Parts: sequence; C-alpha cells; structure tokens
Amino acid sequence: MVHWSAEEKQLIASVWGKVNVEECGAEALARLLIVYPWTQRFFDNFGNLSSPTAIIGNPKVRAHGKKVLTSFGDAIKNLDNIKGTYSKLSELHCDKLHVDPENFRLLGDILVIVLASHFGRDFTPACQFAWQKLVSVVAHALARKYH
Amino acid sequence: MVLSAHDKSNVKSVFGKIGGQAEEFGAETLERMFAAYPQTKTYFPHFDLGKGSAQVKGHGKKVAAALVEAANHIDDIAGALSKLSDLHAQKLRVDPVNFKLLGQCFLVVVASHHPALLTPDVHASLDKFLCAVGTVLTAKYR
Repeated sequence: MVHWSAEEKQLIASVWGKVNVEECGAEALARLLIVYPWTQRFFDNFGNLSSPTAIIGNPKVRAHGKKVLTSFGDAIKNLDNIKGTYSKLSELHCDKLHVDPENFRLLGDILVIVLASHFGRDFTPACQFAWQKLVSVVAHALARKYH
Repeated sequence: MVLSAHDKSNVKSVFGKIGGQAEEFGAETLERMFAAYPQTKTYFPHFDLGKGSAQVKGHGKKVAAALVEAANHIDDIAGALSKLSDLHAQKLRVDPVNFKLLGQCFLVVVASHHPALLTPDVHASLDKFLCAVGTVLTAKYR
C-alpha cells in the first residue's frame, strides 16, 4: 500500500479542489495526442486529429479527456486504495483496449504540466512532488492487472 | 526523431521570450527535479541541496546555458554540445533516464511561469528539443 503523508494529501486535495475537470482533462488528452502523436493509434474512431487545432477542437477528445480525468478523481477519493479502485479499469485497458502502460506515464507527466500552467507559482516543487507521485501510483495501478 | 523547421522556430521563440530568465529557470528546474525525483540527488552528494543553495543556483545557470547554446545552434546540437557529451560519457555518467526527468521539470517551469507561451504545439517542439539534447548528451555512453 502506498503511504501518503498528511502534507501530500493536503497538496493533492487543495489542487484538485480548484481543477476544472472538463477543461483540464480535455487539455491533457489533447496535449498527449499532440506532443506524442503515436498515442493517436488508440483513437482511430475519433475523427479529425490531423493538426493541433483539430485535436484541441475535437469534441470526442474533449469528452474522453473529461472521462479520464473524472476517473482520476476516484483515485484521489481513495488514496489509500488506488490499486483496488483501478483493478477493473486495469483489466479493461489490458484485455479490451490493449494500451501499453507507458501511455499512462506519458499522460501523467502531461497532466502535471497542465496543472503547472494553470496554477503557476502555486504549483510549488512540493506540490509537483505529490502530483508526480500520484500520477505514478495511478499509472502503476492501471498496469497492475496486465498479463 | 527529427526537429522540423517549425519545431526549431518554436524552440528559438521560447528561448527568445525567456531571455534573461534562463538562469533562474535553470535553478528552479533543478530545485523541482530534486524535490519531485529525490533519486536525482544521488548525483550531487557534494552539493548543499537546501533551499536557496548557491551551488544549485550556480549549477542551474550552467544547465540553462547549455540549453540556450543548443537552441542557438539548433541545426547542430551534437556539435554545440560535443564537449558536454564527452563529459557526461566519461566523467559524469548520469543514467540516461534522468534527462527525461530534467526535461519534465524544465517544461513544468516554463508552464508555470509562461503558460500562454507553452501552447500544445510549442510544448511538442520543446519536448522534442529536450529529448534531442538528452540523446546528444548520452550518445557516447557506449
């Protein structure tokens, strides 16, 4: 089980409390598809992903980004049992979606950058530490049921 | 992975806008890296890594200067950083994984200070550039 200090929990909660899940989620997923274009391989049915502008404006990208980040909220509500929280999602990503877990790490790093751009100086080094830890734990949990 | 003309233009534009803040950004990048990825501190047992450390500031300046140099010679990063590449291969031998960590922290610094500058398109170019720098610095490792 992952240990979270009181400070880490507070830093995570205080950032999360101010996050617009729809906007941040959409932005994080769009950036993933733009910065690491090979990740588009999972979204053949999303329509136009031909340029950064197309990706940013794509309603399927926005919707899916919101879905993904909303799911992050589940981890934050269950910091002491992220493994359990993501057990079924992990199976899904392996058996049905066939997503290389490396992509979870890439998305996690992008999310941290999006948070930094929204929170500026308030996204302190201590804050970054807590969130890098969180995205790493989430990525690990999502990869855990792979076989 | 190749830097397109568009990537090069984006990178030059970023460093142009950062200008004199580059040194400060270098120091903050290191500060964030040591905080977010404590294992990176293992390369600096001889440093005072406390808040406001003069050594970290000084080293941040060097790191920033190298990135600026690479951006200024973006058509030949390998040439521009050749000596640094030798240094990392022969003496420093920093594990290649750490260049990604440094890159991540540099992007966080730029994002937090200049969010409007780091559009997704520019973010992509800068990420590629930082990867290219890491590749050059580890090119002679074996």
